[in-house]
Amino acid sequence: MTAIYKRELKSYMTSMIGYLFIFFVLILAGIYFSAYQLSAAYPKFEYTLSSMTFVFLIGIPILTMRVLAEERKQKTDQLLLTAPVSVGGIVLGKYLALVTVYAIPMAVLCFYPLIMVKFGEVSLSSAYTAILGFFLLGCANLAIGVFISSITESQVIAAVLTFVILFAFFMMNGISSFFSESSLSTCITFGLLILAMALVLYIMIKNVIISAAVCVIGEGILAAVYVFHSSFFEGGIQKVLEIFNLSSHFENFSKSILDINGIIYFLSVIAICIFLTVQSITKRRWN
Amino acid sequence: MEEPEAAKKCIGYLPEQPPLYFDMTVLEYLKFAADLKKIPKDKRSSMVDEVMEMVKITEMKNRLIKNLSKGYRQRVGLAQAILGYPEVIILDEPTVGLDPKQIIEIRSLIMDLKKKHTVILSSHILSEVSAICDYVLIISHGKLVASDTPDNLGKLAAGSNSLIMQVKGDKEQIQLGLESIEGVKEFYIDVDEGSDVWKVTVNTEENVDIREQVFYKMAEKNCPILEMQSKKVSLEEIFLELTEGERVPMEEEKELLEESNLKEEILEQGEENHDGNL
Repeated sequence: MTAIYKRELKSYMTSMIGYLFIFFVLILAGIYFSAYQLSAAYPKFEYTLSSMTFVFLIGIPILTMRVLAEERKQKTDQLLLTAPVSVGGIVLGKYLALVTVYAIPMAVLCFYPLIMVKFGEVSLSSAYTAILGFFLLGCANLAIGVFISSITESQVIAAVLTFVILFAFFMMNGISSFFSESSLSTCITFGLLILAMALVLYIMIKNVIISAAVCVIGEGILAAVYVFHSSFFEGGIQKVLEIFNLSSHFENFSKSILDINGIIYFLSVIAICIFLTVQSITKRRWN
Repeated sequence: MEEPEAAKKCIGYLPEQPPLYFDMTVLEYLKFAADLKKIPKDKRSSMVDEVMEMVKITEMKNRLIKNLSKGYRQRVGLAQAILGYPEVIILDEPTVGLDPKQIIEIRSLIMDLKKKHTVILSSHILSEVSAICDYVLIISHGKLVASDTPDNLGKLAAGSNSLIMQVKGDKEQIQLGLESIEGVKEFYIDVDEGSDVWKVTVNTEENVDIREQVFYKMAEKNCPILEMQSKKVSLEEIFLELTEGERVPMEEEKELLEESNLKEEILEQGEENHDGNL
């Protein structure tokens, strides 16, 4: 794992890509910092951070697109997979290298509140809470990028797909407001989802009976719950979509709340993405 | 595969396309490979130097891999496979795309390696196989169709030996003469350009040398032999015979084993590795 970590970090630091990412984060932070803090003399650094969360939409795909896709294209993954290292070690080494690259601009950002202290009263604890939240948000986004890079062989597809998914997560508030909150429409949406799931199941296992049974049982339960306890569905779509709303979990941090829920949420996103990445690599070995 | 990491540790693998990072220098790459193979730190740099010397890339050690030629890249890949001196070294078509001089160098390197390691070589170049392998496995359609030493494989194939001759004289006399020789299975007599020179092909039974008998017989019949050529079955013919028997072979793969002290064990290891990588 350490071998992969070192190599990966070195390759980011000897090519443009790592510097490009650092440059991008720092220049945006600089622009917002000079606008809000230096010109407008606003004392809350967390405001700067929460307005620059869109940096991940472009920065993360740049950083993660090659991490596993390139290995596969160049066939260098064969070297890693035949070496005495576990797949988990490979993925973790690569992920930690990405986190290290990302930690460099974050370390620079840590100095900004200290600059502000020079000019007046600043709550350092809330500023650093926001920096922690921002760091965790970025790490979760990186994990998503690593997973997407592992499912494709092409860097371009990986970058575009990562962008699309991160963008959808970013816009999640807007997306969830499209859907009605009434229980009937939620129930119908879930019903359609179950139907789609049964179809996917049928395509994958080619067994009519099992997929039909899954469909009927699922719809039955859904209908029963609707009949007996229809208020259960109210705002259900929004609740489900909220799971994917990464930036809303950052909002608490930017309101100077050290949100344990948020920390656990980000850590679980990272863990799930790394787990999925390991599974997608292992699956390819058996195919 | 209960202990994949322990199993992978005793295997060095060179895929068909060497797994190289183009943005690293040769030395960096080999150090990374050594690190990856968990070679103890104190031995690492001396082992890297040794391996580079073995495959003769020491003078290229500070070049970026993307600037190397195909032959050098292949050698860097080979160095990576040898690193750590694993018990089993698996090479997938190691000489593809190399020039004749490089092929000879790689082959002599493999000959050196097989003194200490088990080398499993996969190749479609049969002359290479017959030159360096001690034990041959032929796989057709994913099934093992033959496994033996190259010599024994020759015996295994039907219609093993044949003589090709040019004989001057009377056709009937030649026919009579050949019929009387023991060990002759069948023969064909064709007209050659010359008026009374015949092109004779004689198929003999296995492991019988009838050349002397043919010579004396023809001398007795007063039919001088102008040319005689003994043809043994080559690996190519065996290969064709074995794989064409299986109906339209889509993909034939020759898996060749060298230096097999414990054949069965090696076979197992070979299969294990295929599970592991592909």
